[in-house]
Amino acid sequence: MNKPAPAHNIGSYVPMIDGPEKVSGRAKYTADILGAGQLAGRIYRSPYSHGEIVNVDVSEALKVRGVVSIVTGADCDRTFGVLPVARSEHPLARDKVRYRGEPVAAVAAIDDVAAREALRRIKFTVRELPAYYTAKDALAPGAALLHEKKPGNIERDVLFELGSTAQGFAQADLVREGTYNCAEVCQNQMEMHAAVAEYDAVRDRMTVHASTQVPYYVHLMLSQILGMDMSRIRVIKPHVGGGFGCRTETLAIELIAALLARKANATVRIVTTREETFITHRGRPETDIRLKIGMRKDGRITAVECDCDQRGGAHSGYGIVTILYSGSMLYAIYDLHNVKYVGRRALTNTPPCGAFRGHGTVDVRFAFESLIDEMAAELGLDPFTVRRANLLKAPTFTDNDLMVNSYGLPECLDWVERASGWGKRKGKLGNGTGVRKGQVRKGLGMACSHYISGASKPVNWTGEPHATVKIKLDFDGSIVVLSGAADIGQGSTTILAQTVAEVLGLELSRVRVVTGDSEVVPKDNGSYSSRVTFMVGNAALDAARNLKSVLVNAAARKLEARPEDIECLGEIYRAGAQDRGATFDEVVTEALKDTGTITVTGNYSTIPESHGGKKYRGSAIGGTMGYSYSAQVVEVSVDEETGVVTVDKVWVAHDCGKALNRLTVEGQVQGSVWMGMGQAMSEEAAYHEGLMVTANMLDYRVPTIQDSPPIEVGIVESNDPHGPFGAKEAGEGSLAAFLPALTNAIADAIGIRFNDLPVTPDRVFEAVEKRRRALEKKGGGN
Amino acid sequence: MIRLARLLECRLNGRDRADAVADNILLLDYLREKVGLTGTKTGCDGGECGACTVLIDDRPTLSCLTLAATVQGKRVDTIESLGTDGQLSAVQRGFHEKLGSQCGYCTPGFIMASAGLLRKNPNPTDAEILEALGSNICRCTGYVKIIEAVKFAVALGRQGIAP
Repeated sequence: MNKPAPAHNIGSYVPMIDGPEKVSGRAKYTADILGAGQLAGRIYRSPYSHGEIVNVDVSEALKVRGVVSIVTGADCDRTFGVLPVARSEHPLARDKVRYRGEPVAAVAAIDDVAAREALRRIKFTVRELPAYYTAKDALAPGAALLHEKKPGNIERDVLFELGSTAQGFAQADLVREGTYNCAEVCQNQMEMHAAVAEYDAVRDRMTVHASTQVPYYVHLMLSQILGMDMSRIRVIKPHVGGGFGCRTETLAIELIAALLARKANATVRIVTTREETFITHRGRPETDIRLKIGMRKDGRITAVECDCDQRGGAHSGYGIVTILYSGSMLYAIYDLHNVKYVGRRALTNTPPCGAFRGHGTVDVRFAFESLIDEMAAELGLDPFTVRRANLLKAPTFTDNDLMVNSYGLPECLDWVERASGWGKRKGKLGNGTGVRKGQVRKGLGMACSHYISGASKPVNWTGEPHATVKIKLDFDGSIVVLSGAADIGQGSTTILAQTVAEVLGLELSRVRVVTGDSEVVPKDNGSYSSRVTFMVGNAALDAARNLKSVLVNAAARKLEARPEDIECLGEIYRAGAQDRGATFDEVVTEALKDTGTITVTGNYSTIPESHGGKKYRGSAIGGTMGYSYSAQVVEVSVDEETGVVTVDKVWVAHDCGKALNRLTVEGQVQGSVWMGMGQAMSEEAAYHEGLMVTANMLDYRVPTIQDSPPIEVGIVESNDPHGPFGAKEAGEGSLAAFLPALTNAIADAIGIRFNDLPVTPDRVFEAVEKRRRALEKKGGGN
Repeated sequence: MIRLARLLECRLNGRDRADAVADNILLLDYLREKVGLTGTKTGCDGGECGACTVLIDDRPTLSCLTLAATVQGKRVDTIESLGTDGQLSAVQRGFHEKLGSQCGYCTPGFIMASAGLLRKNPNPTDAEILEALGSNICRCTGYVKIIEAVKFAVALGRQGIAP
């Protein structure tokens, strides 16, 4: 007989527990929820960028056969928005429209054909106002205001100086400044936005299925918009086809579906088009950065000055938080002092931006890692040396009071340096004047990045624990984990199952996880800022320990032993090695005698030290229980004749504290790096007079499998003292480093530095040509 | 507008069937809305992403660019046709076990494109894999584990497991 032993899964390669549904087509996404009698919903969107609404005439649309009801701004005078201080949006525009594509009216009809026909017959009249499509134009003196309460079209400005930059720059051996522009980018998750709203008029109850990362926020906003008591609302999150941040706030779509369903007294399904999904947006804003850094000869940074302007779009969204992150997250990666940050978030007549993966940190990290690379070269230092000259020593607090307890960046640097063969290969692949093969030149570049494991203070602060998990155990002996955490493909459901199974020493097959239905599961703040593994994981750990204690006490009664003498071996509980013990089922039966169905609760709350400081307004943003760290080396080939850049290989090391599931950590890190590649090389949301002209997957250029490099992942485990089993986030922190690692590699290959993203073949070709002409003029040659 | 309907006869997922369908209905909408096979996904406004890939007579085809009427008398296989004997197919196992699927939304399209490749060519080269999947977009994986998934399916194929 095998010796009984508890089962373990933490740290191994565990396929996702909902994988079989996904590979068989059984996984239901919102658009897959079909039902007899369901109405089709369609949204009429503003063809104007900025205007006062004169009239929304739906009389002809109502005559279309099959149209059941139409809602307009007149049906709802309430506003929504993710931040309690910035709720500027109506589900359907009232008084004004502020961007092309803003929802104005919506139709519910017996089928999509009738709904589309009705949209064509809506007559929308506005008095047009001047529209601004760049931050610069919107911020110009005398510009018309998008929102009355936002003078100067500034959503939020931020200013802080911690230490003295004047002194810092005076101590530097080299001071350099650079300007950077990062194009606006979109999440473009594979599942288009969708919602199904079912109104029960008899009971006055509303059920909404939504493709969201934040079912609880959707619940709050439905209550706010519908004026319905929260107890009358049920929110269901089916499988979600990715989010990357665009679903971290309630979107107009679910609210409009509910307004339509109530008016039609029916079930309404809205499935938006890909174009509408782009226009709903909530992506990363176009960002202009001016960065100045002072550095000593040994690479030590003495001062940093950063100006950051973001084109936020027509509504607040997460904008205030984004512009704050861009400043606060200058810290917590290197040991910085004497830092000044000036941030401005502009309101413009473009679709609202939001919280895209790596929220607020990515573009500033691109600028920072580019400039220090340039300065390293000027000082004759290896790029690794410069990073190593500025490392933090954990545990510590940064100048802006961010708590850093675990810090695996040194190990990340070591790993990518070794894995990429940096020492032997750097500078020997061809550096602009060196080795070349045909017209193709190769180069290596590196960079670092970091990210939070959940914002320590949730957006809607209620005083409740940050996360709560319930576990139910009944006569059947299956462990049912109840959690509101939204699995959007990142694998949070799997992590919760693993956590509970690990504590109880059971196989994963005994554990089921129920999520995504407000009627059943405890409230959860949602899947954003990489909070779930850390916060909800810790709550699951607490719940599992509580359940284990119930079972150990029951086993003690059954085996007539003291609880402290009971050994839990998963399927066997025993009192000492000689005891044959009791089976798990026997222990469960014993435990049920007292209470019937067992339910236990697990909670997790962040500690006040992690909440950031009070040195400037908004300084809580950036506070977290644990930062992840990433280092990357990128190898490129640049074809100087065509401007085409090929990424040959990426080496990335990510400090996730502890890899609970190596398979999903690798998947998350590879996905982040690749998404960074899209932003760096090809993706850009472009507008013509406020109309997004890239709102499809051909013009918005997402890398295909043929464009994508091998990405080798090194997992660094710094074992965070507060993380569940030591874990921190793995899904965002590796995105940002790709961007500067790429441009640093291109600079290594051809000696030209790109400060504007994306680095498209056109831009490379133009820069190479410009240099060639300049050299020819000088009588040189290439 | 709805055009004239006709009787569409085809062999869908191994079963013969006949349905009255409008002349202008897309195969994608026929499968999802009429038959209720929602495994095939809509990911774009037409021909951009590959999420709706199905096999028509074993050939990977975008169902969003195919009129249902054109599959008259043909075999149509969707994601729901795989793994029906109580075991996941080789490609399904690859995508599950090697994490070729994260959010899962592009997965049916990738799996059908891969199955189409392996039915025709059980031992593809790396370049052939990339080419076969070149018109499918995934936003989660960076494709690294998708390639591993397909290679794993190739290895399973050598053990006699159907793609």
